[in-house]
Amino acid sequence: MSEETQLPELGALALARYFWRQLTSMRTALVLLLMLALAAIPGSLIPQNSQNPMAVSEYFEKHKSLAIWFQRFSLFDVYSSPWFSAIYILLFVSLIGCVLPRSIEHFHAIRALPPKTPKNLSRLEYHQSWPATGEELVIAKAWFKAKKFRMLESEGTISAEKGYLRETGNLFFHISLILILVGVLVGGLFGVRGSAIVSQGERFVNNSTSYDTISFGQISNENSLPPFTITVDKFLAKYNTLTSAPEDYTLNVTTVAEPGAKPKQQVVKVNSPLTFGSTRIYLQANGYSPIVTVQDKKGNVTFQGPVPFLPQDGNLRSIGAIKVPDGNPQLGFVSSFVPTYARSAKQGAISVFPELLDPKLLFSIWQGDLGLNSGKPQSVYRIDTSKMKQIGLNSLKPGEFLKFSEGTITFEGVVPWVNLQIVSDPGKSYSLIGGIVAILGLLASLFTRRRRIWIRVESGEVQVAGLAKNSAPGLAVEMKEFVTKLKEK
Amino acid sequence: MSAQDWAYASNYAIYSAMVLFTLAFFGHAYETAWAVRSPLASEATAGNLVAKTLDNSRTQKAMRIATAMMILGFTFLLAGVILRGISAGRVPWGNMYEFSITGALAFTGAYLFALRKYDLRWLGVLVSFSVLLTLGTAITLLYRPSAPLVPALKSTWLVIHVSAAIISGGVFLLANVIAAAYLYLDNMESKGPRKAWAQRLPSLDVLDQLSYRLVAFVFPLWTFAVIAGAIWAESAWGRYWGWDPKETWAFITWVAYAAYLHARVTVGWRGRRAAWLCLLAGSTFLFNYVYVNVWGTGKHTYSGL
Repeated sequence: MSEETQLPELGALALARYFWRQLTSMRTALVLLLMLALAAIPGSLIPQNSQNPMAVSEYFEKHKSLAIWFQRFSLFDVYSSPWFSAIYILLFVSLIGCVLPRSIEHFHAIRALPPKTPKNLSRLEYHQSWPATGEELVIAKAWFKAKKFRMLESEGTISAEKGYLRETGNLFFHISLILILVGVLVGGLFGVRGSAIVSQGERFVNNSTSYDTISFGQISNENSLPPFTITVDKFLAKYNTLTSAPEDYTLNVTTVAEPGAKPKQQVVKVNSPLTFGSTRIYLQANGYSPIVTVQDKKGNVTFQGPVPFLPQDGNLRSIGAIKVPDGNPQLGFVSSFVPTYARSAKQGAISVFPELLDPKLLFSIWQGDLGLNSGKPQSVYRIDTSKMKQIGLNSLKPGEFLKFSEGTITFEGVVPWVNLQIVSDPGKSYSLIGGIVAILGLLASLFTRRRRIWIRVESGEVQVAGLAKNSAPGLAVEMKEFVTKLKEK
Repeated sequence: MSAQDWAYASNYAIYSAMVLFTLAFFGHAYETAWAVRSPLASEATAGNLVAKTLDNSRTQKAMRIATAMMILGFTFLLAGVILRGISAGRVPWGNMYEFSITGALAFTGAYLFALRKYDLRWLGVLVSFSVLLTLGTAITLLYRPSAPLVPALKSTWLVIHVSAAIISGGVFLLANVIAAAYLYLDNMESKGPRKAWAQRLPSLDVLDQLSYRLVAFVFPLWTFAVIAGAIWAESAWGRYWGWDPKETWAFITWVAYAAYLHARVTVGWRGRRAAWLCLLAGSTFLFNYVYVNVWGTGKHTYSGL
């Protein structure tokens, strides 16, 4: 048998200590930092579920086999993936392991006095000596005091140090990063995020059934929604007449903070959301809702109201679906709406301007089974016509109506709709404070120079020397000033 | 004057700035080339090769003229940027053309500012050339008529966030140019003594320190740009961080420069390795600027470039 090398036996504790040392070492932190940067890259190149789920499903259609592999490695959810989380959690553990002991050390250091003057000043940088006149120590003390140096005086010598703020700032910077992460976690646990499309004239009541989409944090639920209501009074969009680019969106609303409270008129803009406590309401998107009335052959109203249509381009050509499930048979209108009608040889009906200059509703009429009871989720903007038969094709201007074999459709008019994004993020103030402290800490740490200056008067000779930590610049100038002051008189 | 007239005035100012930067480029190129003196026939004795030497006494004037052109070019560019702002009735950074001219201004500004303290005129050729390249690309490929902003950009944060980002970008790029110069000269020195034209360039140590200082100086500003962006995103988009491609790359740049600062301050990296890391971090910034603006998707792409 070959001789085995004997490894010193490591106890569990020693092993744990070894790993802890490795993890909290600066080199590991550096590698983790670079890994974090590297790990963030795929999320910017591959579509992400959190931002654009449509693009993800499109990717699945186009590159099926690749997408499956991407899925396995969470590449469609990079920022919540196990490997991304692993890197930043390790990084933060490493950071805490590094910052905590340093904080304690620094806490002691700021209350301690500078170390004693070294024996041999002539070996140090910026060393100078000249014959003493007797007043030097007094002058030096006053100068150090005026400059807020910390001093240790002993027989014939002063040791002075300044720039503890560097380490203080450094520590605050790193601690504030932890605070930012805490803010993100609090937001994830207690936050609520949802959106709802509301047509002009309609009222939004803040309970979970009013939302088109809503997602709760791990600890929040329906009961965390504050009981406000918002009535969309008026939405006005202004567009550039040359480029059709939007120039201004203004939303006027009437809000009631809680049942019984006094109604309040408020204005919402893209950069100024509504606020109810920690919940804010943002104006995110807008479009048009044609108002239609559908009657059956006997004249009974089977459908009435504004139907939000989905914009397709900058001139707000929009598509939508008018579904009449209460008729017998069921009816569906596969529609498109253009705010300013024009005809193009290639595309048919197009819109040439996003405002309502010449609105037109174009639709095909279908009868049969809308498939609403099939249990499959359906888009509100589309109709599954697989079990339906087309019975007509037409277009209407506001105020016009059309009689067809199963009844009448009237195009009453158009109102705009807005997409309200409703977000409650109770963690964001922590992150904000963290961000502000991070910048202040960074400034303090990068622009403070830590340095020591010594003076000794011994056998009729003055000696001075200085030392700059991290070879920070500027000490030469300061030493010159110090020496000039000493030689003055 | 109408908005159109102001926009034309801005264009003229920028064309003039380009002419001035071209003159500065030739001035610097002339003095870089002609400062090198070939040995005279009389100095060369048989069998004894006399090396080329650097003598910039003859080219002092060219250098001064070039710097003057640079300052003048900066002034015209500044005027061009301001006039563009007046014509659009807002701060002039609403699309990529405007970012480019303002970025070129920040870059030239960073160079001229650093010039007050360090003799960086040897960088003049590179600086004038890259500014010309940026302005040329901007005016030929990226030009867009002056127009008002889309509603999402109408915010005071546009001024704060974008100006911080542009200034950071200008300084990061200057630090990168210096790091690249470091690597080039380091390579040259490893093969023997510096060539004559490179003799007046600062020592490797100075270059190393300089690119570090520029990064350390501007890193808090970049941090501020990212945080200001987050605050703005919170009020415009309903979340302060959403891993939008631009945000992601801003984060990557931030992390890369943080790694660079740690590598230098705590681990003690110097020279080659540090310079490569600096270049790597800088390239993430450039990638963000070019890729996300031109090919990217996400919320930062509403400017029509």
